[in-house]
Amino acid sequence: MDILNLIRISAKALLRNKTRSALSMLGIVIGIAAVIAVVNLGEGLKQSTANQLSDMGTNLIMVMRANQRRGGVSMGSSNVQSLKVRDCELIAKGAKNVTMVSPVVNSGGQLVNGSKNWSGTVYGGSPDYLEIRKYEIATGVNFTEEDVKKYAKVGLIGQTIVEELFDEGEDPIGKTIRVGNMPFKVIGTLKERGENGMGMDQDDLVVMPYSTVQKRMLGVDYIQQIVCSAASEDVAEAAVEEIESILRVSHKIPEGGDDDFEVRTQQEMLEMMSSMTGMITTVLVAIALISLLVGCIGIMNIMYVTVTERTKEIGLRMSIGAKNSAILLQFLTESIILSLIGGVIGLLLGLLLSYVVSLAMSLPYVVNVGWMIISFVSCAILGLISGFFPALKASRTDPINALRYE
Amino acid sequence: MNEKQSIIKVENLKRTFVVGSEEVHALKGVSFDICQGEFVSIMGSSGSGKSTLLNILGCLDQPTSGEYFIDGISVRERSKNELSDIRNRKIGFVFQSYNLLPRTSALENVELPLVYNLDVSHRERHERAQHALELVGLKDRMGHMPNQLSGGQQQRVAIARALVNDPVIVLADEATGNLDTRTSYEIMSLFQSLHEQGKTIAFVTHESDISVFTSRTIFLRDGHILRDESVATKSAAEALAALPVDNDY
Ligand SMILES: Nc1ncnc2c1ncn2[C@@H]1O[C@H](COP(=O)(O)OP(=O)(O)OP(=O)(O)O)[C@@H](O)[C@H]1O
Ligand SMILES: [Mg+2]
Repeated sequence: MDILNLIRISAKALLRNKTRSALSMLGIVIGIAAVIAVVNLGEGLKQSTANQLSDMGTNLIMVMRANQRRGGVSMGSSNVQSLKVRDCELIAKGAKNVTMVSPVVNSGGQLVNGSKNWSGTVYGGSPDYLEIRKYEIATGVNFTEEDVKKYAKVGLIGQTIVEELFDEGEDPIGKTIRVGNMPFKVIGTLKERGENGMGMDQDDLVVMPYSTVQKRMLGVDYIQQIVCSAASEDVAEAAVEEIESILRVSHKIPEGGDDDFEVRTQQEMLEMMSSMTGMITTVLVAIALISLLVGCIGIMNIMYVTVTERTKEIGLRMSIGAKNSAILLQFLTESIILSLIGGVIGLLLGLLLSYVVSLAMSLPYVVNVGWMIISFVSCAILGLISGFFPALKASRTDPINALRYE
Repeated sequence: MNEKQSIIKVENLKRTFVVGSEEVHALKGVSFDICQGEFVSIMGSSGSGKSTLLNILGCLDQPTSGEYFIDGISVRERSKNELSDIRNRKIGFVFQSYNLLPRTSALENVELPLVYNLDVSHRERHERAQHALELVGLKDRMGHMPNQLSGGQQQRVAIARALVNDPVIVLADEATGNLDTRTSYEIMSLFQSLHEQGKTIAFVTHESDISVFTSRTIFLRDGHILRDESVATKSAAEALAALPVDNDY
C-alpha cells in the first residue's frame, strides 16, 4: 500500500459518511479550540500585565517599609517610620547601578478651585519622580531642587484633576488652588495615561516636592517609599543588592536581623502578577486538555461503531485482496484524518475565538506558536491512539463471517 | 499438461469445523479439476458444503487437509498475505447479496480490486473498470450509486468487479439467489457470454433450473461429491425469450 492510495481510500470512506465524520470530529474541534484560545488569551493577559508594569516606571525599583517583628509583636507596615530622606541621599550617592532616586510621601486631600472640588491624592517626590514613574509634562514645568529646599507650594496636576477643577479651555498653569487648607500654584500638567491594569485612574494625582508634603501637609519627617531607576534592566538585581546593603548599614540592622524595609524590582512584581495569571491559565488549559481527551474518546467510540457497521465492507475488501495490514492502516488513517481535520478546524476556531475575546477585553493578541504545534502533533498522536484499537479490531475480521453479516 | 490447462485442482479436500466439543465435517474428501474455459455449477442441498468448498477455492478459508492448486500454485501453507495476493490477482468473487460499497459509484466499486494492486496505475485502473462495466452492459450507468440501480444491475456491477482484475476463475455463490426468474436468466445469459469469451467460471447454486445453463455440474451431498457430469448447455438467452410476458401487472 502506498500512502497516497491509503489516504485516498480513507478519505473516500470518510466522505461516504459526512455527517458521522463531522460529528466525530466535533470533540477534537472543541478541545483544540479551547486549548488554543485559553493559551493565547493567557499569553495576552501576561503581556498586558508586563506592559502595564513597564508603564509604571523606567527599570523601577521600589523600596517599601516592611513589617518588622519586635519581641514577637508585629507592627503594621504603615506605622513603620524607618525610611527617611537621608536614605535616598545615601542610595543616590552609594548605589552605582541606580541612576535616579526619589522619596515618596503621599497624602489624600480635598482639592478646591473656587466652587469646584475633587478629592484626590498628592504624591510628594523629588524632581526626578516624574521621570522615574514615566510621567510626562504636558504643559508648564517641573519643580526644582530649589522648590524642594524651600518647601515651595507648587504642584503638577493630572488630566483628571484638570477636567474636574477647571473649565474647558481654561489654562490651569499659574492658577492657585487649594489642597485641604494649603493653597498651591499649579506649575504644570501631566500627559494623559488612562487606567492601569487594575482599573485605577493614573491621571488623578497631584505631584509636589516631597518636602512640601512632609512639612506643610503631614508634619512628619519620614517617607513612605523610595522609588529608584536602575541604569538598565540587566543591573536591576545588582542595584537591589546595593540598595539593601546601604540601607542595612544606615538602619543599623545586625547580621542576620530582619530588614525594616523591602526592595522590589519591576521584574519581581511582574513575576508576582504573572504567576497569578499563569495559575489561572494552567487550570483552564487543564480543563481544555480534558475536553480534548473526551474528544478523542469520542473518535474512538465512533470508530468502533464504524468498524462494526462496516463489517461487510471490511469482508468485501478482504475478499478482493486487501491485506489485514491494509485494513488496519485504512481505519488508522481514517481516524488520523478525522482528528487532523478536527485539529485544524479547532486551531482556526481557537485563533478566531482568542482574537475576538482579546479584542473585546482590549488585551494584546498574542499567538503562541509552540502550543499550536503541540496541539497539532498531539492531534495526530491522539488520532493514532484512538484509532488503533478499532482498526485492530477491523483488521482481525474474518472475511467469511463478515460477508455473511447483515 | 494436457491440452486444456487445469486452473483448479483439488485432491481429497477435507474441512472440519469444531463447534464447542463437536466436530462438523463440512467436506469429507473432495477431488476434482476445473480446466481453463470451463463453466461449472456446484449443486447440492442446503448444508451440503457448497459454500464451504467455494470459500476454500476462493482462498478465504483453508482446508483441514488435502491439496488445492490454483493456476498451478499450491495454496497449502500460504501466509495470510500471500492468500490476499492470490485473491487479488487470480480470483473474482460474485456474492448473493452483491456487496457493493454504498454511496460509491458503480465505476469506483468496480475499480476497488485494482486499488489493492500497486502494479496498476491510476489511469489503467480507470480504463479497466470502464471496460469491465461495458462488458456487463452498464456503460451508461458508471456514475450511478448502488441505490440508484436495480438488483440485477447491482449484480452486473459486482460481476464487472469480479472481472476487472482479469482473474483465472470467477467464483459465484448463489449469484442469482436474490433475483427474480427473468433477471436470473439475464445474469446467466451474461455468464454464458463471458464463458464464450473464454472465462472460467464456478457457480454455486441449489436451483437445478439455473445449473442447466452451465456445461458441467458437480453435485455435492453431505460433504461428498455425488456426481460430476458434463451436461448439454441450455441457452439462457433462449430461455429468457421463452419466458411468458406476464410482468405487466
Ligand atoms: N463457520 C462454521 N462453523 C461451523 N460449522 C460450519 C461453519 N460453516 C459451515 N458450517 C457447517 O458446514 C456445513 C456446510 O455448510 P455450507 O455453508 O457449506 O452449506 P451450503 O451448501 O452452502 O448450504 P446453503 O445452500 O444453505 O448455503 C453445514 O452443516 C454448516 O453448519
Ligand atoms: Mg451456502
